[in-house]
Amino acid sequence: MDLRYTPEEIAFRDELRRFFRTEIPAEIRRKVSEGRKLAREDYITCQRILHAKGLSAPNWPVEWGGQDWSPVQRYIFTEEIQACAVPQPLSFNINMVGPVIATFGSEAQKKRFLPPTATLDIWWAQGFSEPGAGSDLASLKTSARREGDHFIVNGQKTWTTLGQYADWIFCLVRTDPAAKKQQGISFLLIDLKTPGITIRPIITIDGGHEVNEVFFDEVKVPAENLVGELNKGWDYAKFLLSNERIGIARIGLTKERLARVKRLAQETPAGEGTVWDDPDFRRRLAWSEIELKALEITQMRVVAAQRTKAADKPDPSSSILKIKGSELQQQATQLLVEVAGPYALPRPDRDEEGLNLPSVGPEWADAAAPLFFNFRKVSIYGGSNEIQRNIIAKAFLGL
Amino acid sequence: MDFDLTDEQRLLAESVNRFVSDRYGDFEKRKACRAEPAGYSAANWRAMAEMGLLGLPLSEEQGGFNGGPVETMLVMEAIGRGLVVEPFLATVVLGLGLLRRTETDPDLLARVAAGELTLAFAHQERQARHDLHDVATAARRNGGAWLLDGAKGVVLNGDSAGMLLVSARISGSRRDREGIGLFLLDPAGQGVTRRGYATQDGLRAAEVVLESARANLLAENALPLIELVADEAIAALCAEAVGAMDALRQMTVDYLKTRQQFGRPIGDFQVLQHRAADMLVASEQARSMTMYAAMMVQETDAAARSTALSAAKALVSRLADGLGKEAVQLHGGIGMTEEYRAGHYFKRLAMLGVLFGDVDHHLRRVVAAGGLPE
Ligand SMILES: Cc1cc2nc3c(=O)[nH]c(=O)nc-3n(C[C@H](O)[C@H](O)[C@H](O)COP(=O)(O)OP(=O)(O)OC[C@H]3O[C@@H](n4cnc5c(N)ncnc54)[C@H](O)[C@@H]3O)c2cc1C
Repeated sequence: MDLRYTPEEIAFRDELRRFFRTEIPAEIRRKVSEGRKLAREDYITCQRILHAKGLSAPNWPVEWGGQDWSPVQRYIFTEEIQACAVPQPLSFNINMVGPVIATFGSEAQKKRFLPPTATLDIWWAQGFSEPGAGSDLASLKTSARREGDHFIVNGQKTWTTLGQYADWIFCLVRTDPAAKKQQGISFLLIDLKTPGITIRPIITIDGGHEVNEVFFDEVKVPAENLVGELNKGWDYAKFLLSNERIGIARIGLTKERLARVKRLAQETPAGEGTVWDDPDFRRRLAWSEIELKALEITQMRVVAAQRTKAADKPDPSSSILKIKGSELQQQATQLLVEVAGPYALPRPDRDEEGLNLPSVGPEWADAAAPLFFNFRKVSIYGGSNEIQRNIIAKAFLGL
Repeated sequence: MDFDLTDEQRLLAESVNRFVSDRYGDFEKRKACRAEPAGYSAANWRAMAEMGLLGLPLSEEQGGFNGGPVETMLVMEAIGRGLVVEPFLATVVLGLGLLRRTETDPDLLARVAAGELTLAFAHQERQARHDLHDVATAARRNGGAWLLDGAKGVVLNGDSAGMLLVSARISGSRRDREGIGLFLLDPAGQGVTRRGYATQDGLRAAEVVLESARANLLAENALPLIELVADEAIAALCAEAVGAMDALRQMTVDYLKTRQQFGRPIGDFQVLQHRAADMLVASEQARSMTMYAAMMVQETDAAARSTALSAAKALVSRLADGLGKEAVQLHGGIGMTEEYRAGHYFKRLAMLGVLFGDVDHHLRRVVAAGGLPE
């Protein structure tokens, strides 16, 4: 047993670190660090810089631009990109639809979609959830009926993250209304410019526009946009969701956030000294750091086990990582609110990115509460924490 | 032992609750209130004056209701239940709390009670954080008048208040308990700059900068009074939290009964039943502690009073924060939206924690006192 990286792994990490810190615009990294909204252009800029270095889709097959990395190297990449506050390559493209197309798509689909998916020339949105189908995703109702060489799509998706920026959406649609729940579902790629599609914003409690409703009214989708086999969409979705949970613990990000909390606590006056002088506060921060360390080692155990196990085997660890990782992300945002104290309250007018303002309190403080509010989402999406516990209890504890 | 309300108190509670359900029952109305220039509804404010709420703590000779902490509790609970945005806390609890004990001009008090004049308490300073005795703003005498210099922050409803009550140091150094004066200041006067803004929980506040701003002295050694009124504000905030927690719990339970997933209401899942049950436990604990706060705020021993109010604030803030987060979680995605009510309750409950001292601050005070008073 040795919990340390090898010298080669350390060199690999240091090179990534240098690259992230020197090549990614500092302004964008600052926004990520402060938890402010990124503009569409920010995502694209970063993904192209990463792409030029072969880093936009490292988890893909090598022939489509992936990297032949060990699980440890992949882990280091994810950790380091988060710890350096670099926006990760768009998850919908890189962790979700890309691998599905690469694994189950036709040659023509791979050629057509994978290159622009890697560079973000196509921005994808995830069209899974519906008003009536959240945790119970398989109850989805959006339908696609075959007419000649087209599907005609009707229904509604919701919670579509960054749909306002997206060019395409990958959807789960019901293609066999007679079949049992999971069995009549297919995986369809839809160009958002197709007539009959309406996108409406949903504003979240932090005031941000991050999610949307997407309505489909007699939308004509070429049959060639079906991925894999008809009515096999649920299998592909399961494959996709297992990838979604990779890196969902966001340990690197939380590490960066806790370090920032510490720094700001040392700068924030309180009575005779600073917030950092408060032992109660430090104790709580220490607990978060301790738990995060344990989770980091849990994550490394998972990574190490991947070297020996079949990669597609289900594993309770992804649920553990999701539950604990989301809780720690939330704690980090709440600690920052505590540092801000009364100056967590002001909510000056601001633009989409949250930047167009003279701050009321310290420059960073007005973003603290919105981020705390917004991060309630991390225990809801990606399979809620209750659903994760159900998975652990049923699939692994046999209860 | 008697937890019963008097007939008058029951009538008060009924009429305030009716007011809140009429004016705030439809959540769109709250949006409309917030959109008015002052960040609250002028019509609602007039209605509150007509109901006698704005003179609640004034004596009958002062033209008031003679209301004490229990009356304030009843009103604030209703305010919490509706997420009411009118500045009752700023004007009546804080403003009148200070003014009625220091100002001799009955006309001023009458104007507040009539809804013609709103008040705000400009005390908080950035370096002070939660310490009430940390005051750097300086007062100096210039002939017959007083001139104030300094900066006050997060002054609740300070952007629209007609008069400001301002604390400023007459003597001593920044963190001395002695030498803090209380002043009355017209914000329209020279040397006062206000920057108003919305707060994260849908209310309004302001930063106030004073540069040789002319003010009237109300009290010379005002810290004990400020501490008393801050404790009254804490008792009021606890009651607001209880009202909001009750409403949010109710909303969440209703949602559990109606939201269908996996072919049944999600309230069928036992894990969610337990979580809802814990929300009830939390709101009842908070309610009890709020009653304790209403009783102890009348305690004449200031040290005992302060410790008790710190205990109440620490517990209620912690429970409010926990219940708010649970409510959002149990709602799923819908709880995250600006359009739906639940998220607004969550935000208010979370932000109550940073007003008048956070959990750590108050717990520390209880610890320093060696625990709760006998
Ligand atoms: C900010 C945000 C972004 C999102 N982005 C996307 C996106 O881009 N694309 C997309 O398709 N979806 C997206 N989602 C949707 C997300 O996946 C769903 O919100 C999630 O699946 C939960 O569904 P729901 O909101 O309908 O809640 P519900 O499923 O209605 O759940 C309500 C509550 O009941 C609990 N619950 C449900 N079933 C059970 C059970 N069996 N046992 C115990 N508890 C249970 C839940 O845990 C939750 O607490 C996003 C959501 C959010 C909040």
